[in-house]
Amino acid sequence: MPDRNIVIDTIAKIEGNSALKVVIEDDVVRDLQFIVSDYRRFFATAVRGRRVVAVPSFLSRICGTCSVAHLFASLMAVESAQGITVTEQTKALRRLAYDGLMIRDHALHLYFFVLPDILGVDSILDVSDDPEDLGHTLLHDSFDIKRIGTDITNAVIGAAIHAPWPTVGGFLRSPDPATFPDLVARLEAVRQKVLRGIDTFLGWGASLVRNTDYLGLRNDRRFDFLEGDVVNSNRRRIPQSEFKNYLQYVQIPHSHAEGYRFSDTEEDYLVGALARMNLNRDLLHPRTKDDAASSLSAFPSNNVYHNNLAQAIEILQCVDDAIDILRTLELADEKPVQAQAQAGTGVGLIEAPRGLLYHMAKIDEDGVIDAYDVIVPTAQNQINIENDLKDDFNENLDEDEETLRADAESIVRAYDPCMSCATNFLKIDLIRK
Amino acid sequence: MERSPQQTSGTDQRKRLVVGWFSFTCCEDSTILLTELLNDHFDQWKRLVEFRHMTTLKANNSLCGLDVAFIEGAISSESQAEEVRRIRDNAQYVVAIGACACTGKPSTSRNQFASAQINERIRWYLSHFDYGKEVKTLDEVIRVDDMVRGCPMKVPSFLQTLNKYLEHFGIVEHA
Repeated sequence: MPDRNIVIDTIAKIEGNSALKVVIEDDVVRDLQFIVSDYRRFFATAVRGRRVVAVPSFLSRICGTCSVAHLFASLMAVESAQGITVTEQTKALRRLAYDGLMIRDHALHLYFFVLPDILGVDSILDVSDDPEDLGHTLLHDSFDIKRIGTDITNAVIGAAIHAPWPTVGGFLRSPDPATFPDLVARLEAVRQKVLRGIDTFLGWGASLVRNTDYLGLRNDRRFDFLEGDVVNSNRRRIPQSEFKNYLQYVQIPHSHAEGYRFSDTEEDYLVGALARMNLNRDLLHPRTKDDAASSLSAFPSNNVYHNNLAQAIEILQCVDDAIDILRTLELADEKPVQAQAQAGTGVGLIEAPRGLLYHMAKIDEDGVIDAYDVIVPTAQNQINIENDLKDDFNENLDEDEETLRADAESIVRAYDPCMSCATNFLKIDLIRK
Repeated sequence: MERSPQQTSGTDQRKRLVVGWFSFTCCEDSTILLTELLNDHFDQWKRLVEFRHMTTLKANNSLCGLDVAFIEGAISSESQAEEVRRIRDNAQYVVAIGACACTGKPSTSRNQFASAQINERIRWYLSHFDYGKEVKTLDEVIRVDDMVRGCPMKVPSFLQTLNKYLEHFGIVEHA
């Protein structure tokens, strides 16, 4: 096969920008670099010296699409450090808001970024205008799905992006329960559209299978994004406070983001919806289990494209969970739980849409941040993404350049990487020697 | 200037507002908000607006002949500055979108770091990649015609600005 260079300027339809450089010698991939090219803003340093009450809102600005995840992880880290235990109502409202986040965020990824790959078009802008066309139906389904997710967060925490109502210890303002019946009715109405999406992603035949380890939060009582211990594929169980001790930091010379290995296995690992579905599908809502039964039979799965299917199922899970909360929650007039400032260190470890998100706050006796650390899911997946791409390139070197590029982009897209958390344009340099 | 654009989607050939949407150093909250606005405006905007450059939504992009470039984010490096100058050269009008583009904050946080705050890990990133000495607002680098402020952008202000250019280019008539 002749030497050749392939350059893809941008991997589009992901959240942010990243780059890929591939060097092929003698028909073998000698080097592959997945490059997180977004410029860092050093937020963890910027919060040092700030009073804790202002920090979670500031750190929600790490990311536009998962701002609620950063907000909640930061609140939980600060509360843990200050010895604050929030009320059951606060926990329920956070869970409800998080269902809204997951519905909106997963739907954006699945329908706006991935669906064009399935339909064989460049963009949602190229989807047929014919209302009878399946692509048109799915795209317009997505508007309703995204909208209900956004409206839940608007109703519960004041906004879908950089929400103003959550604060350390609880909420500055409670939602209006008069909005709940309409939300329930719309959630019930959207279920059929969500199920149509699940069928679509189940039917997509894309496949890249590679053995890997999966890490996710597990709460034995329910499918939960906000509470639990970390477990891996071998059912090793790690308390939240010890999680970072199990991560081996890997500085990646070509990337603005760092990478991590799991110290127990000293191997790469995957976080995100695929990990959650592999580890926790037994805990899904009964309605979700019943109505998504045929899709759930695909798990456990080592096919990275099934991260898309897992996200589609999680949308249904969040719809069903939100309906339950909205139907049963009786709101009391509560003020945020407060505590005297104290020195301490706390961890907030939750499942962001893309996987485990770690915030650590070290606070001095005056309630001022002394040190802060954030580990985002896309950084944890970085090494795994590179290894998946190496396998894919090595197995498909006979394919034409256009196929190699398209496959690489769709593999990266399957991870739903968030470049605001970790990257910003995917330029592929494929160098054959 | 860029070479001729490729037609993006299969709509009719009536004049549409040709826009580019770009993102630099920021959390992309306004980009996410724009995707939310598509829930309600997709069918209308598809008739009125050609998104000629928007990597968030499409792989087939061109800078050529933009009527309006919407630019989100602050400018962290000379390579980013070169890129926005290229966008400026290809666009009749430039609109700064969101707090980071308009005011720099919070992306300019590192401009205020005391030397003691710049630890070994930060120093490695600053020296290993082409970080500029300071993060800049968009209008410190290129001429900006309009600003849509907010973190994320204020939706009424964005819609008003978009409508202003739809009217200016004769896509819609003044209400």
